[in-house]
Amino acid sequence: MNGARVEFRGLRRRFGATVALDNLNLTVEPGELIALLGPSGCGKTTALRCLAGFEHPDEGQVLVDDKDVTRVPANRRDAGMVFQSYSLFPNLNVRDNISFGMRVRKVPAARRHERAQELLELIGLPHIGGRYPHQLSGGQQQRVALARAIALEPRVLLLDEPLSALDAKVRVTLREEIRRLQLSLGITTIFVTHDQEEALSMADRVAVLRDGHLEQVADPATLYDRPATPFVAEFVGTMNHLPGTVVGDRVEVLGQSLPIDGPAPSAERVEVLVRPETVLVTPESDGGALVMVSSFRGSTARLRVQLADGTEALADVPGHDALRLAPGTKVRVSLVERPVLVAPGTETGDVRTAVPEPDVV
Amino acid sequence: MATVTPQVAPAATPPAAAKGRPRRPRVWRGAVLVVAALYFLVPLLASFVFTVDDPSEGFTLDAYGQIFSAEGFGRSLLLSLGLGVVTIALVLLLTLPAMIAVRLSAPRLRTVLEVVCTLPLVVPPITFVAGISTVLRWGPDYLASTPFYQTIIAVQNPDFPVVLVLAYVVLALPFVYRSLDAGLGAIDVRTLSEAARNLGASWPHVVFRVIIPNLRSGLASAGFLTLALVLGEFTIAQLLSFQTFPVWIYTISGSQAQVSVAVSVFSLLITWLLLLVLSSAGARQRSGS
Repeated sequence: MNGARVEFRGLRRRFGATVALDNLNLTVEPGELIALLGPSGCGKTTALRCLAGFEHPDEGQVLVDDKDVTRVPANRRDAGMVFQSYSLFPNLNVRDNISFGMRVRKVPAARRHERAQELLELIGLPHIGGRYPHQLSGGQQQRVALARAIALEPRVLLLDEPLSALDAKVRVTLREEIRRLQLSLGITTIFVTHDQEEALSMADRVAVLRDGHLEQVADPATLYDRPATPFVAEFVGTMNHLPGTVVGDRVEVLGQSLPIDGPAPSAERVEVLVRPETVLVTPESDGGALVMVSSFRGSTARLRVQLADGTEALADVPGHDALRLAPGTKVRVSLVERPVLVAPGTETGDVRTAVPEPDVV
Repeated sequence: MATVTPQVAPAATPPAAAKGRPRRPRVWRGAVLVVAALYFLVPLLASFVFTVDDPSEGFTLDAYGQIFSAEGFGRSLLLSLGLGVVTIALVLLLTLPAMIAVRLSAPRLRTVLEVVCTLPLVVPPITFVAGISTVLRWGPDYLASTPFYQTIIAVQNPDFPVVLVLAYVVLALPFVYRSLDAGLGAIDVRTLSEAARNLGASWPHVVFRVIIPNLRSGLASAGFLTLALVLGEFTIAQLLSFQTFPVWIYTISGSQAQVSVAVSVFSLLITWLLLLVLSSAGARQRSGS
């Protein structure tokens, strides 16, 4: 089984007054797992549904292996899909659910059952073929849905937030399993999610969408370290905005001089964007900064620190340092020596988190 | 619950709490059940006693024997059953596709559909039948020169009055709508049909193999309510003078009071049997075989 090449070309779709897709262009390479990431309403699900055939774009084309499938009905497309809500047919047992597509295509019963058993073993649930969906846990149901989606050996696999209804632990194991399956089958996979951690941990590339267009598409490390736009920087991970001053090709921030990542801006006053894990905090009675809040997360602790000029910054410190950096401690704050991103200054230094913190760390 | 083996009992929750809690509700439950049972059973028992008690002979089942030999019994019962079956088929054919379509592609029209389907509930049958009989009376005059003349005569065929089917379809709409709406609400129609479409199923396949099998209990209750309605409807059939089952019961009650009550008891039994059959069909779906 080999993956197909998928291309979204100039997709536009509007629902009444809201624009779901606004000239979306994206190419997915064969065998690649790409995550469509963005806040709700950014058009990621609409894009996926255009590929599945449940939605038709007002403009633009969807191409699979350079063939235009924009007007092909949903039941004639070669794409398996796993849905956000539980979608197993309640009246059929697991085996019949998995072989539903083969039954539609009139595959003989013996061959069907053989293939269903094969898939049940693939998802690690060989003994549940005779059970009904309501007898399964949420994680099992989504595994079976995955088996059903790949039963017909489609060349594209579409995952529409398949893990969002599951609890945290199951979510993590299942996403690893999906990735393992996807790699072994070499199937082109498009994974829609609003969970940045899910996207970063699973995908070959992550496409960040905003208001129906592509903001940036890159591999997870690049996306995290070198976000192309301030929106991506905000959306993926957490960013501190610290006031800084440009001096030549370096920037002065917190009394340090750091190299600038990318071209130096013309403005002198800028915002320096730094990740919480690159903020170093050391206890020091005349350091000028004060720990306000500390939330312990096990391996790390996230501190909210008030700086000398009154602005606040987030810092991730090792978990074992949490005790000596308790709220109320006077500290010194510095930054790791590495190139930093700068954005034209707005003169307000504060911390923004575009998305709720993921509950899995 | 009652047969907990000694081995597992100690590990279970504190026995006092487990035993003490259900007791109070159980008393109330019993009381409510008794009151409700009295309300339903007393008239039934009274009817039954009336049918089997002959002042001169004492206990006798004669009245029940006479049902089957009574003039018009078979014909009117078959007519009512036939009307019921055709009404069920027609009303489901009308509502089910419309409701599925509205759920899938026009969710905003749902309230409109709901209001339209519920409307017959607020129109009294007497108003309804007045309208129908007016149309039936005036129609032939206006339509005399058109092919519709034949139609309006044909729908009044006393052997199978199609006009009653049409009227009953309207009367059954609210009940059918409610049953199907509950049934469709219990499954995620959109996701299920999209999943089936994604696996290559055509639209007819989606409706017949995916939606209808998962709607069995909703369809069963819609069918049962419609059948009960048709078997019990008196006003319209009487005023349009068709010999349906309830009209026949009413007709013979004048001459043979005992037989007419026996028929009522008998038809109640039939209705219960039907209900049992249908609800066990719904239950079988739950267990999934």
